Amino acid sequence: MTAVDQGTPADGLDPSSWILQRAISPRRRFVNGVATAWMVGSLLLALVPLVVIAAYVVSRGAGVISWSFLTKDIPIQTQNAGGGVGPAIVGTLLITGVAALISIPLGVLAAIYLNEYGGQNRLARVIRFMADVMTGVPSIVMGLFIATIWVSAGLHFGYSGFAGSLALAALMLPIVIRSSEEMLKLVPTELRQASDALGARRWRTVLSVVLPAATPGIVSGAMLAVARAAGETAPLLFTIGVTTGVNTNPLHGTTTTLSQEIWFNAQTPFSAAQDRAWGAALTLIVIVFVLTVIARAVSSKVSRVTR
Amino acid sequence: MTTTVSPAASNPDAGESFENKPGGARLDRGFRAIASAAGLVVLAVLALIAIATTHSAWSAFVHEGLKIVTSRTWNPNLDHFGGLDFIYGTLLTSVIALVLAVPTSLGIALFMTELTPRRWRMPVTYVVDVLAAIPSVVYGYWALAVLTKPITTFYTNIANSIGRVPGLSRLFGGTAHGSSFMTAGLILAVMIIPIVTSLSREALVTVSQEDKNAALAMGATRIEMLRVAVFPRVRSGLTAAAMLGLGRAMGETIAVALVVGSSHKITSHLFRSGDTITSIITHEFPEATDVHRAALIALGVVLFVITIAVNMVARALANRSVLVGSAR
Repeated sequence: MTAVDQGTPADGLDPSSWILQRAISPRRRFVNGVATAWMVGSLLLALVPLVVIAAYVVSRGAGVISWSFLTKDIPIQTQNAGGGVGPAIVGTLLITGVAALISIPLGVLAAIYLNEYGGQNRLARVIRFMADVMTGVPSIVMGLFIATIWVSAGLHFGYSGFAGSLALAALMLPIVIRSSEEMLKLVPTELRQASDALGARRWRTVLSVVLPAATPGIVSGAMLAVARAAGETAPLLFTIGVTTGVNTNPLHGTTTTLSQEIWFNAQTPFSAAQDRAWGAALTLIVIVFVLTVIARAVSSKVSRVTR
Repeated sequence: MTTTVSPAASNPDAGESFENKPGGARLDRGFRAIASAAGLVVLAVLALIAIATTHSAWSAFVHEGLKIVTSRTWNPNLDHFGGLDFIYGTLLTSVIALVLAVPTSLGIALFMTELTPRRWRMPVTYVVDVLAAIPSVVYGYWALAVLTKPITTFYTNIANSIGRVPGLSRLFGGTAHGSSFMTAGLILAVMIIPIVTSLSREALVTVSQEDKNAALAMGATRIEMLRVAVFPRVRSGLTAAAMLGLGRAMGETIAVALVVGSSHKITSHLFRSGDTITSIITHEFPEATDVHRAALIALGVVLFVITIAVNMVARALANRSVLVGSAR
């Protein structure tokens, strides 16, 4: 491979180099300039909402957040000042945590099936395809699904944190499967062959050689799925109910989350409620952001190792 | 390349002759069975979603028949459940989002593949990732609290200038509302930029540098090189990226519910308020009972069917484009 193949597009063949510039008509150069401006402009355009929204949420939320805001119960009268979002933070962490406990082991096992056993056979191809399709199922449909089989019809278990976790787990499952499979694919075949040659059975090879090698990547993918689930609102509106106090039992009783508090308070005309929503928004963004950054840090470490 | 041997194709019983412990083979079969069962959960859940939601919506399908997707009368008090307004709103807002997001996303993807030196690629990826990390409800709340007021003025200005041009008046004319199809589409566009960008990028990187260099060596400028060497080859990949973005936009709920304005309308005027499938379900489901509830679930089934169809076509296209790319 020559340097040209590896480097940025066409080092030495840059259209702006003098020898080519003389050959390029003004019209062609103009069109090329417009195209370049479009690429740069697109990125800047995408930065605008990011910067504007982040700055606004921080400026409105930072003043609201305090220790008591993070720990106190939600006021029963939303228009009253004071109180906090403690129960919503507990709810967000519990519901997302339980969803992770359901979807990550299941997803990793499915990925093991796809990559270590199924390969390119028909069932594996169908599952892979349907997992991709499932990532596109709207989150509100997951909420309706759990509402119809678990909450208020079907099994009639009523609102609970666990119902919300089920909806989020359904949302996370395909993401975990596909990202874990990608990571299993990166494990060199030689490692499996070495383990096979030592006389290990396939399940041993998978559990003690392949899985450990892929773990950092799997963790990173799972964290991104968790981060996405933590910010979800739609699947929870019909599954977890509402509450103003802390509910630490995910299996029983109504509960609430940060995302749901933002949703409720955003629609009220009261400034105290809106302030609380901004505080909740900043708290939620920080939680999601921390998860994303950890996932990125883990995955950049992975890519350094595998490179 | 030794990695061409897929792990599943390598001999699954390689350890057989060495390990003679009794029960080992049973453990192997057991583990395989558990893993396959986990894989089958995906199919089971998708089937269950279809069955459970359709079952719960059945009374509405019986009550309204086809009118649930063709009638415009939605009046829960009189037991009329025609959902056409909402289907229209879902399609309109998603199309607006697509029109705004696709050129931007393609631009960013090209920026990442063509313009950025390797060490700058990570920060750009970060920006797109962070955009995806902001929760839907935060986008919606920000748009509702901050964006709707100034954008009403902006819309009014457009309505008074471009909106007076015959032909364009059908889109941009009339009274302007801050919470409208356009605002919802705008927020949706921002929300689908990350996925469309990353999928476009995946398609773009399948084109080999040699092919691009060949075009450049013939004296093509960058955009000419893209036109002759890159775009024809990644057309299906880019189409897939756009379609997956469309699917995302149609299913997006909370942000849309906050800014679409909640009024039942079919109008070509982009600055008028409306409703979508997701916004009507979100607003009415918690209080709905009986047929009303079933009708809302029925709309959910309609949305499920549309998004599944869009995603299936898109994924098939994407898989094909990867095959085309790797075959080279």
